[in-house]
Amino acid sequence: MNSEIVVETRNLSMHFGGVKAVDRVNFNLREHELRCLIGPNGAGKSTFFKCLTGQLAPTSGDVVIRDFNGTGRLPHQIARLGVGIKTQVPSVFDGLSVNENIWLAARRWHGAARARSLTDQTIERLKLGDIRSDLVGLLAHGQRQWVELGMVVAAEPWLVLLDEPAAGMTHDEVERTVEIIREINQQATMIVVEHDMQFIRMISSKVTVFHEGRILIEDTMDVVTADPRVREVYLGHGTS
Amino acid sequence: MDLFFALALQIVYGIASLVLISLGLAIIFGMMRVINLAHGEFLMLGGYTVVISTNHGVNIWFAMLVLAPLVVGIIGVLVERLLIQFLYGRMVDTLLATWGLSLLFVGLVTSIFGAQTATTISPPLGVINIGDYSSSAYELFLIAVTVVLLLLVYAVLKLTKLGLVARATMQNDDMASALGVSTKRIYMITFGLGAAVSGLAGGLLAPVTGVLPSIGATYIAKAFITVISGGASILAGTTAASILLGGINGIMAFLTGPTLGEVALLATAIILIRLLPTGITGRFFRKSL
Amino acid sequence: MSWTRENRWRAALVLVGVIFTLAAPGVLELFTIINLSTAIALAILALSLGLIWGYGGILCFGQTAFFGIGAYAYTIAAVNLGGSSWAVLIAILVAAVFAAVLGYFMFYGRVSDVYMAVITLTVTLILYSLLRRTSGPEYKIGNALLGGFNGVTAPPLNLPWSPYMPLFPEHVFYVGMGVLIIGYIICAWLIQTHFGRVAVAIRENELRAELIGYDTRFYKLAMFTIGGAIAGAGGVIFANGVGRITPDIFNLYNSALAIIWVIVGGRGTLAGPVMGSFALFYLTSWLGTQGVLNNNLVLGLILIIFVLAVPRGILPTFVGWWDSARSRRAMQRRELKVRRRRSRRSSELQEAADE
Repeated sequence: MNSEIVVETRNLSMHFGGVKAVDRVNFNLREHELRCLIGPNGAGKSTFFKCLTGQLAPTSGDVVIRDFNGTGRLPHQIARLGVGIKTQVPSVFDGLSVNENIWLAARRWHGAARARSLTDQTIERLKLGDIRSDLVGLLAHGQRQWVELGMVVAAEPWLVLLDEPAAGMTHDEVERTVEIIREINQQATMIVVEHDMQFIRMISSKVTVFHEGRILIEDTMDVVTADPRVREVYLGHGTS
Repeated sequence: MDLFFALALQIVYGIASLVLISLGLAIIFGMMRVINLAHGEFLMLGGYTVVISTNHGVNIWFAMLVLAPLVVGIIGVLVERLLIQFLYGRMVDTLLATWGLSLLFVGLVTSIFGAQTATTISPPLGVINIGDYSSSAYELFLIAVTVVLLLLVYAVLKLTKLGLVARATMQNDDMASALGVSTKRIYMITFGLGAAVSGLAGGLLAPVTGVLPSIGATYIAKAFITVISGGASILAGTTAASILLGGINGIMAFLTGPTLGEVALLATAIILIRLLPTGITGRFFRKSL
Repeated sequence: MSWTRENRWRAALVLVGVIFTLAAPGVLELFTIINLSTAIALAILALSLGLIWGYGGILCFGQTAFFGIGAYAYTIAAVNLGGSSWAVLIAILVAAVFAAVLGYFMFYGRVSDVYMAVITLTVTLILYSLLRRTSGPEYKIGNALLGGFNGVTAPPLNLPWSPYMPLFPEHVFYVGMGVLIIGYIICAWLIQTHFGRVAVAIRENELRAELIGYDTRFYKLAMFTIGGAIAGAGGVIFANGVGRITPDIFNLYNSALAIIWVIVGGRGTLAGPVMGSFALFYLTSWLGTQGVLNNNLVLGLILIIFVLAVPRGILPTFVGWWDSARSRRAMQRRELKVRRRRSRRSSELQEAADE
């Protein structure tokens, strides 16, 4: 299957003072793929992610999302392209109800009536019905992550970027999240930053390994986990 | 030529005053990220200390250089212990509480000393002549004191153990406390020192401006503008912003009069903040002190 | 707007306001009515800050700037134009434009919360010090002298487009209450529109609002401008209530008052700050008469105490107690039902066992 490339970075770099958090990364992603970004702490995955979402303006290089030059754009401009984003630490409206949170996401791109039905559908789909009137700030961590996922899908994006969607979840919650992600992947192209290897095995085919700001290797999970360089990088034997 | 020197003196004096009134605020903000809205009142209290003690026979130099910083420094420590320390991390609440404190101080001083000046005192040192122009020798003295003060603060921060520990705490307080530093004490000392510097400044400026309970308000706008324009670095930021803003103020004041001079200062500050929202030292001289 | 519980309370409040407006001039003395007009003007200022801070999350320490600009602009325009009708509109427009320009610099410059507070306060103080220096005859706009620290006398409001028919003080009271009530209704409506809900969301989490696709800078600018316009309208009423506008309107004390109304009355409500402003107006007037405690002192203490101990303000705290009392009663009723059911079941079992 040779679908078009929908996300591309060319020589993307992000420097913080002397630190090269992202170092000349060339990355591309095809339509309907679900790619996981993995790597040890400090490898540059989240920084790279933030360059894609507009939270950071890269020092050099380009970010291209389906012909649109997304380099250094503001987050709302990226979102406007139809991109749904979930951040590492859940960005949700703590003082508002679950319903209001999801409604705000739905209402951005649709009229009042469609927004209301989309909100109901999303709450159904994510099984948030019992807690729909509760304040998000009072929910458990896993539930908050799902509310955020709900906000992402309610906008019906074609590209979904998730940063650690399974962080801090129990085993059951992780399974549920895997289901949700597989469902989303049926319509949308996805990039998921994650640490949890089990989780990654359950959802993806191709994986990109980051190390010291660069892409170390890009292949299926089996190939990657068997690669001795990846072992070194994670377990730290010898120098890299 | 004489005009040039007289004018230059005025401008440098203007810059030095800005540094004086802003340095205490910059120390507290730069080290603790606390914006102290009662800063103007620290200056005011320094001024009152000088005026009241000289009226009771204390030597003016002693009052200005020793007594004022001491008294206000102690007040600063008390404020930190009784109020500020409960609000760390809550920046908006700190702003509000220090604003309340500012009102409190104004109210207290008005209640005790009345709404008018205790008595004014005239600037010591008389007049110096630059050709046809005469300037106040006191202004020269203030410029000299400002330079000494900057060097002193630099020396304390760079060369003493206290300075090192304080800078470490400012950059990463978790790490510092993991290394055994009592961050509480550091904050208390830093706030006290910042207050002391403000008290000194207020005392030094008392002969020039006179003292009123409400005089804090006249200082605070300029101090804030200077500190925010300067950015996070205490010394480099305050100095750079003072030079820029004070310079433009002085030149415009000479050309068009004091009111437009003020307007020019403000306009410069607004443009500066728009272009460099994190201040001058947010972009230039980043690693400086 | 739907008939939520909150909206029902708001409607009740509006009704009380209307009744009060109609009844007061018959019951209260003229002096009280005139005094009230000033209090009403300040209440409108409180409303504007309650809107942008409580709902919009915009921390503006200098809301009195727009209030004072409204007052000055009204006065200057009325003096120049010889009548109040256009002056009122000009005043509100000038205040709004000023807010828009300042807001543009701050929001599009991505200034942080704390800096914004300091910058807005500084702007107000700058207005204070600049206007104090305008004593000479050369400082004037058109025919209107700025008057320095003595200020300017404000021409009274007149019937629309009839400059020779000035309004009596009771009528100023009616106009003031009208502006307050209509302003309140507008604000209540606004926060329930899509726009308003987005503004509240931005207060909760600006990043998430951006990630959804809202340009938060624009929303904050719009809220800020609307708040400035409302404050400006308050300034017009103030000019009429007080008669003479001085630069003192911009001083630290009055700026602090505005913040205190919202903190004491309740951040996150519209009625709270309004009631807070009335309460503090009468408190400070009374303090002024008995002369024992200095106003600054008392206000400073109130601010400190509220920040440390009652951060949400009086109204939300009361509402919180009321709500938790209701839910406790609801829980107790549920408990009672469960216990009755259990005891009925066990007595049924007992009977069955006995047979």
